Amino acid sequence: MADLVIRGGRVLDPGGERTADVRVHDGVVVEVGEHLTGDTTLDASGCLVAPGLVDVHVHLREPGMEDAETVETGARAAALGGYTAVVAMPNTTPPLDDPTVVAAVLAAGARAACEVVSSGTITRGRAGEELAPMGELHALGVRMFTDDGDCVADAGVMRRALEYARALPGAVISQHAEDPDLVAGGAMHEGEWSSRLGIPGRPAMAEEVVVARDVILARATGARLHFQHISTAGAVELVRAAKAAGARVTAEACPHHFTLTDACCATFDPVFKVNPPLRTDADLAAIKAGLADGTIDVIATDHAPHPTEAKERPFEEAPSGMLGLETALALVWEELVRPGVLTPLAAFAACSWKPAAIAGLADHGGPVAPGAVANLCVFDPEHRWEVAPERLASKARNTPFAGRTLTGKVRHTLLRGDVVVRDGEAQR
Amino acid sequence: MKHLLSVGDLDRTGIEQLLELATSFREVTRREIPKVPALRGKVVVSLFYEDSTRTRISFETAAKRLSCDVMGFSVASSSVTKGESLRDTVQTIEAMGIDAVVMRHSAAGAPHRVAEWIDASVVNAGDGCHEHPTQALLDLLTLRHRIGPGLDGARIAIVGDILHSRVARSGAHAFAALGADVTLVAPPTMLPSTVAGWPVTVSHDLDAVLGDLDVVYLLRIQRERQRETRFPSLREYTARYGLTVERAARLRPEALIMHPGPMNRGVEIAAEVAEGPASLITEQVANGVAMRMAVLYELLGAGGGHG
Repeated sequence: MADLVIRGGRVLDPGGERTADVRVHDGVVVEVGEHLTGDTTLDASGCLVAPGLVDVHVHLREPGMEDAETVETGARAAALGGYTAVVAMPNTTPPLDDPTVVAAVLAAGARAACEVVSSGTITRGRAGEELAPMGELHALGVRMFTDDGDCVADAGVMRRALEYARALPGAVISQHAEDPDLVAGGAMHEGEWSSRLGIPGRPAMAEEVVVARDVILARATGARLHFQHISTAGAVELVRAAKAAGARVTAEACPHHFTLTDACCATFDPVFKVNPPLRTDADLAAIKAGLADGTIDVIATDHAPHPTEAKERPFEEAPSGMLGLETALALVWEELVRPGVLTPLAAFAACSWKPAAIAGLADHGGPVAPGAVANLCVFDPEHRWEVAPERLASKARNTPFAGRTLTGKVRHTLLRGDVVVRDGEAQR
Repeated sequence: MKHLLSVGDLDRTGIEQLLELATSFREVTRREIPKVPALRGKVVVSLFYEDSTRTRISFETAAKRLSCDVMGFSVASSSVTKGESLRDTVQTIEAMGIDAVVMRHSAAGAPHRVAEWIDASVVNAGDGCHEHPTQALLDLLTLRHRIGPGLDGARIAIVGDILHSRVARSGAHAFAALGADVTLVAPPTMLPSTVAGWPVTVSHDLDAVLGDLDVVYLLRIQRERQRETRFPSLREYTARYGLTVERAARLRPEALIMHPGPMNRGVEIAAEVAEGPASLITEQVANGVAMRMAVLYELLGAGGGHG
């Protein structure tokens, strides 16, 4: 197999940042240094050369909703966004609560443009009642267990899941924290805008009561607990306090929760409908502060494709969720890195090696050093581009950033040494 | 004006011009043959995703008195399948060649979305818990003919389930736009979590505000809200927030009583009060036709319309 050299970039990994070329051979980084040569070259001038991104929260819709997305198209979108691994959420039809379904998703991912890791449900059928066969799923490689899309509302079930997961090495329970009774019928953040628009609200307290409760359960059981898509100032504060008290909790935030607010819903366009909902300016500021001080460990997209016709219903009737994979890193750069909320190193930590650690993915998240698997992302922070929904690799078009000009784009992505994105074009 | 989606689409001058126009149509509706050829050849579709006999008949009557052709498109809520998108439905209707859609939908903002998708004018005849602008306008028309052209300084209380009321959302803004001093009266469970941005004050105590009011505007109480634990029982609601005969006796002598209908007699309003001399409830209904004629004429007449 020929040598490939990524030339002229700034290497950024957990060890820091330096100007260096990277030589890749047989799927592995073999040399990092200056003036390297190889059989083929990838131009990285002006770019950061970093470990590939890892998204612990994506909806690939397969099986059951292939009109919205497939493992193949979702993985392609991920690769274009610089991701080399994604964790597929289990709210498929049938759900990922059974080894045969998980095995089918993994098989579909084997040829995909990024590594596709399956989550497993916490409960059978995501019904919140009986535990799913977590051990059988764990044996297939599942490490993140979640009923995402729905909250595990029953405190007794949540307690047992946390306890049971302690016997499964590397397992983490991942909670969609929104109390179903408090959000019943709600379609946007409950506050000034929902009051004006007459759209039923999903209050911040719905997220916060579950976070508070689950912190108590995590501390009492000693289990690992991950909070998905934290979106309120109160939830950030609860996680901050839990970490200070020694609980084994981690948390993620989504780009839309640090870029958009509930005011977007005034258009009644359900492209802005998502769970948890877009919140207020104060919540947005708290999410940024939580990322800055490490309270929020990782950035995850909650990439949630929906067919166009599903979003051409009235706001209250349309499904929740928005695309995220192809715009995430640019938004991280625009909203967090350029304004000084995160250093480039902290941004990649939140998008790459910290999520890799949470998901237990040893081959992802760096370092960029000899012997490491060549899962890499080459990012040009100065590249300006306009988000055109029809040009996205995702099957769906429901991006809330349509028409927005972003600065920062992934130029190349390498998956186990294969160039899966070259000059911004998907190769798989 | 191309669409009427929200009261906020109109400023005070715009509202007053519509009320002037409606006043002239009130005269038309009292003629022996209450019909004018103002919109002959225009096609108006009433698209009701939610049942509403009175609003629908009011709009259709208004359109016919302006000589429009009226098409009814009834969508029983049960037949709104998950298959066809709202966009497909309205684009299909528009392909038949229409000038305006009068639309009622159970979801907030549905007419706003439709207005983006089609060339015809869209009139919001009630969208979820959001707005019901023609109700607010006909209420203003009714008050105008009882207490004069402006509402400056008039004290109006809207009483009931504000949270779920499109009548309250439109009414509060419309009354305030003409200068009224609006108070929302409801238990905390029937108010939005915040009224920031609303031109109102809030009270949880009807008795405390009753004696100062020029207008009491009562909202219909929906029984299913009891199951949502919004209030303990209809009896308790009536005891605390109903306009009973005893409470009505404590109103100022010139105070007026309004209700958008349909009423729950004996719940939010006593039957004797609804039929008493202070009640404008029948006038509200009568003014609905003239007001909706004015809205349709404003959108489709005199250079408007797209036929």
